[in-house]
Amino acid sequence: MFRYIVRRLLQMILTFFGATFVVFALMFANQDDPIQALAGEKPVSASLRAALTERYHLDEGFLSQYWYYMSNLLTGDLGVTLTGRDISALLAEAWPRTLQLSLMAIVLAAVLAVTAGVWSAIRRGGALDNGILAFTLLLLAMPIVVLAPVAQLVFGMELGWFPATASREISFYTLMLPAIVLATTVVATQLRVTRTSVVENLRADYVRTARAKGLTPRRVTWVHVLRNSLIPVITLIGVDLGTLMSGALVTEEVFNIPGVGFNLARGIRNEDGPLVVGFVSILVIVFLVVNLIVDLLYAALDPRIRYE
Amino acid sequence: MSDPNLIAMAEAPAGSGRPRSLAGDAWHDLRRNKIFWASSVLVLVVLLMALAPSLFTSADPAACALSNKHKGPAGGALFGYDFQGCDVFARTVHGTRNSIEVGFLSTLLAGVIGLCFGLAAGYYGGAVDAVLSRGIDIVLGIPFLLGAVVFSGRLSAGEGDDGVTAVTLTLGLLAWTSAARVMRSSVVSAKSQDYVAAARMLGAGPLRLMFRHILPNSIAPFIVVLTLMLGANIAAEATLSYLGVGLKGEAISWGVQIADAQGQARVAAGPLVWPSVFLAATVLAFIMLGDAVRDAFDPKLR
Repeated sequence: MFRYIVRRLLQMILTFFGATFVVFALMFANQDDPIQALAGEKPVSASLRAALTERYHLDEGFLSQYWYYMSNLLTGDLGVTLTGRDISALLAEAWPRTLQLSLMAIVLAAVLAVTAGVWSAIRRGGALDNGILAFTLLLLAMPIVVLAPVAQLVFGMELGWFPATASREISFYTLMLPAIVLATTVVATQLRVTRTSVVENLRADYVRTARAKGLTPRRVTWVHVLRNSLIPVITLIGVDLGTLMSGALVTEEVFNIPGVGFNLARGIRNEDGPLVVGFVSILVIVFLVVNLIVDLLYAALDPRIRYE
Repeated sequence: MSDPNLIAMAEAPAGSGRPRSLAGDAWHDLRRNKIFWASSVLVLVVLLMALAPSLFTSADPAACALSNKHKGPAGGALFGYDFQGCDVFARTVHGTRNSIEVGFLSTLLAGVIGLCFGLAAGYYGGAVDAVLSRGIDIVLGIPFLLGAVVFSGRLSAGEGDDGVTAVTLTLGLLAWTSAARVMRSSVVSAKSQDYVAAARMLGAGPLRLMFRHILPNSIAPFIVVLTLMLGANIAAEATLSYLGVGLKGEAISWGVQIADAQGQARVAAGPLVWPSVFLAATVLAFIMLGDAVRDAFDPKLR
């Protein structure tokens, strides 16, 4: 186990620097004159140019600029937006809302996916199974840009079941519709993986043993089979996080939730480079760390992984 | 799938001369699959719409009159008019070309990169594999849409550019990882087969081995991934356009239409709903097609 953890950590460090380097390079490389770009049409005085060059280390090489960017990033100093707001403060204000939204979405998706997946697997080939599979296909085909505005129109405005926007007070109820929309982006894959792995496990020897011991079918399915079937589902969490992040970008924009995605979408719209790069860099780090944790968790749950 | 020819021979009706190949076997299955035909028809309609939009509508998508603002369906305009008085049906039909073009070209680019990476990593193994696989890990470490948002804004060439090239490059350069991984693993398993050893002993060089022997026998899962990727890339283009870093300016796109119509959805739902329906139907068609093709090529998964 120890060797596995060390190997994963080393890989993660490499991936981390590689990914941030790619983001940095594409964002800041081959800019003609960043100072002039900042000033727009106005002429820039020599002293201002010297001060800005000094402040942003523009006279130094590409690699040392990357070094400054990384050390600022890792010490939590993300700089200021084009309008002069502190990016770290903006992020600190925004993330609890995004966290609440995504946690609601994750729980919703997991409960639905596991229940329906197990059901579907038990009645494999039946009408219920086919219905559920057709439904997941439909969900997979619904891009979030379609689902979010249409759900807002139908359930928020026409039927009035949920508030159409959630800008003022963030509560469980106002976040319900956005969370459902966000959950649909990940529920289909989770459900299909649960179904496949339950189907496989239902044929396993230990299931026959459990049945032979006289355990009730319900206990066999929901305790013995489910526990083993959830292992592949857990690896999905890491992948899902990326989907959830991009989902939150659109969902928060549509439903006016002032979270990370909402701020990022605003930054994109206003062409606020520092804000976009700062937010994306942090999200990349979160993504990598969560994926590392998921990998380690996976190895802890399934001892076979370590010996590969 | 260890020996498809044997299975094919066993199943082939007596009297048909030679055994079916893997592709022939898959085609035999596909022909009887209703979902395959339904999705193929849908894909063909969408392709026709992309190639010849004037077959479907004679209205000019750029001819907008503010006096028509939010008018309901009338005359030639099947879906009514949007907030600028443009014909929603005409714009939706003409938007197909950009979506399909970006989807196909970006998938092609991702396919080429993925094929090279996967084939080289799987065939050479060892140090080459380690380096290439870490490269895949690095690109995979950037969440797809977030990376696309950063890159697309960077790649587009300022005023007057409709963003098609930028979005195609962005999606292609970020999406190839899944294809490369699938290609790599199927090459690894194909490489150790007896027929590869036999060909090598007969003196086949690495290129001949890779492209004549290994590639044809390991490409099926790769093609399936590409079909599914096509749908995903079309959806991603719409998302980028919706966020304002995709297609812009004069370019007509479903994502731009959805973004424009969303604010006025309460007044007029048509301009929001119709591009959404077209987008979802197109993505659904490609996903169903990919599912059907996968089932045909890999009966184990059923």
